[in-house]
Amino acid sequence: MSFIRSHILVCTGTGCSSSNSVKIIEEFEKQLVAQGMDKEAKVVRTGCFGLCALGPIVTIYPEGACYTHVTVEDVEEIVSEHIVKGRIVKRLLNKAVGEEGPVTSLTETRFYKHQQRIALRNCGVINPESIDEYIAVDGYAALGRILSEQIPPQQVIDTIKASGLRGRGGAGFSTGLKWQFTHDAVSPDGVKFVCCNADEGDPGAFMDRSVLEGDPHTIIEAMTIAGYAVGAHQGYIYVRAEYPIAVKRLETAIGQAKEYGLLGKNIFESGFDFDLELRLGAGAFVCGEETALMRSIEGHRGEPKTRPPFPAVKGLFDRPTLLNNVETYANITWILNHGAEAFAAIGTEKSKGTKVFALGGKITNTGLVEVPMGTTLRTVVEDIGGGVPGGKKFKAAQTGGPSGGCIPASLIDTPIDYESLASIGSMMGSGGLIVMDEDNCMVDIAKFYLEFIVDESCGKCAPCRIGTKRLLGLLTKITEGNGEPEDLDTIEELCNHIKQSALCGLGQTAPNPVLSTLKHFREEYEAHIYEKRCPAGVCKALIQYVVDPTKCKGCTRCAQGCPTGAISGAVRAPHIINQSKCIKCGACMDHCRFDAISKQ
Amino acid sequence: MKSLAELQAIRDRMRGQIDLRDSGDDRIRVVVGMATCGIAAGARPVLNALLEEVNKRNLQNVTVSQTGCIGVCRLEPIVEVYVPGQEKVTYVKMTPDKVASIVSEHLVNGRVVEEYTIGAAE
Repeated sequence: MSFIRSHILVCTGTGCSSSNSVKIIEEFEKQLVAQGMDKEAKVVRTGCFGLCALGPIVTIYPEGACYTHVTVEDVEEIVSEHIVKGRIVKRLLNKAVGEEGPVTSLTETRFYKHQQRIALRNCGVINPESIDEYIAVDGYAALGRILSEQIPPQQVIDTIKASGLRGRGGAGFSTGLKWQFTHDAVSPDGVKFVCCNADEGDPGAFMDRSVLEGDPHTIIEAMTIAGYAVGAHQGYIYVRAEYPIAVKRLETAIGQAKEYGLLGKNIFESGFDFDLELRLGAGAFVCGEETALMRSIEGHRGEPKTRPPFPAVKGLFDRPTLLNNVETYANITWILNHGAEAFAAIGTEKSKGTKVFALGGKITNTGLVEVPMGTTLRTVVEDIGGGVPGGKKFKAAQTGGPSGGCIPASLIDTPIDYESLASIGSMMGSGGLIVMDEDNCMVDIAKFYLEFIVDESCGKCAPCRIGTKRLLGLLTKITEGNGEPEDLDTIEELCNHIKQSALCGLGQTAPNPVLSTLKHFREEYEAHIYEKRCPAGVCKALIQYVVDPTKCKGCTRCAQGCPTGAISGAVRAPHIINQSKCIKCGACMDHCRFDAISKQ
Repeated sequence: MKSLAELQAIRDRMRGQIDLRDSGDDRIRVVVGMATCGIAAGARPVLNALLEEVNKRNLQNVTVSQTGCIGVCRLEPIVEVYVPGQEKVTYVKMTPDKVASIVSEHLVNGRVVEEYTIGAAE
């Protein structure tokens, strides 16, 4: 009889998959057989560990050794050294910035030390394609207990209410209250629905994808419990088609749950029926808005409706519908297994529990982090994220995607919770956290988000369709050096109109990136308008590349590298850039070996 | 799924496999010296016997792993047992036959098998 003494966990999240982890798994399986270890060690495919910047990541237990940046060529050495001889391959251990020497275990790194994992508790720990592994970590225990002990739905709702859990999709509405409203709503024919919003669309956000990829069963279990609590027998998961791995794992997980009788008729012989279906979204940002999402599930064009009536009263197919975000559901079973008090003990007075953030932008440890509410931005950026790379200065962090705002460096000690972020003009949002350094132009950032909104606006209401387009026009004018002093007032006025009159959340929050950058970085806007200067050197119309004649040796490298032939000059004589031909691509600067070309 | 008991059965069966990934401090670690000297002296059959025995008894709090050369090559194969909170015990000149008693006496009942330890051999 064979006994598996070692588990090789390989991340198969989207990040690591795209850096070849699938090939690495094949190679591990090949090498284990070749070196006669296939009866002692097994390869486990897991979800995201969170440290995507260091992927592909391989963790080997029982030692807990975490190897980073693993390549297919490294596999043979790992098997022969670690698995056969028991010697850890030090060369491949995690050498994250800020660590003293290589760290064997991931949990000992600074990246993990400040984290507390609830929603991500099983990501990178279990095999997401194995329902048995999920059951081994107390999976379906909460559902089993509730159904076999016939715990009244109201008691389940009360537990969720007492936990203080709030919607993780961004707005932060009390989850317990939402369940209560749906529970209390009367349906004409008794039919109610439970939906999961997995239409994660913010640029830079990938928490929901990671949960679905790493722990799909927790969503299935939570939705089934929600169905029992509010009196629904049918659930829909609305997930975007751009998440192929998440879709595949969800399909696998739903299939396994049906096979085990955890979905379907008479679950745990309680008489309770519940079924789940996937609905794939085509990737429209507005379909993350709840009423538009439901329209899309119904098979119509994804456009929002006016509220009230709220979905809890009249939602999908005009029946009372409960809609929660993926991360919200990921907290449910933890709360039911550990108690509402344990959850409420984490976080701040009004924001309980933890929040997952997708760290991106100018940060050393790009990846996924989960911290207790109330953790300061500084802890997330400097301690967990490892700070801004290349010795550059932290300038701002953008939270909440196109609905959120920028937090300037002066407010880096702001605790991250719903109220604190709202008070400084940003919002929690779904959890994208993009870090910017001194090379980022804030006007350009605002313009970027607005371009996104203009693309994604569904066009149903005028403030969003026309207003954001005009707003973008004004910003473009400023970045091209044609800004006028009164533009700033116009922008502010327009922003406020859009906020007040747009139909849905997308339009109402669309001006936030503009307003918050204008509030915290007004001097940058003014530099663009009054001095026709982009302080960060990003806006192409406002910069020019010039050759310093004292440094130029006339080597002609820049002229050869220039795609438009804008540089002229004799050999061994200082060169000159013809500004009317220059497209400001910066190729000359990259080509120059004497540091003679600068941006002004 | 009909009952909680059924769920519990799956959980108990799988727990043993997952526990390996719990790097908690309350686990007994059994380490086999598997450098060249150890392998040459026959550490491989000892390791196999250990794995089989631990598995047979379904000992979920035991981790079996290997290490390199401990330094006393003449006493190989060497097996060291780390019980949390206690001093480590070093068994020397191990054979597959000795494994069963070490597992049942030491790992299960907490009684060190003195006759196989390095103290007895010296």
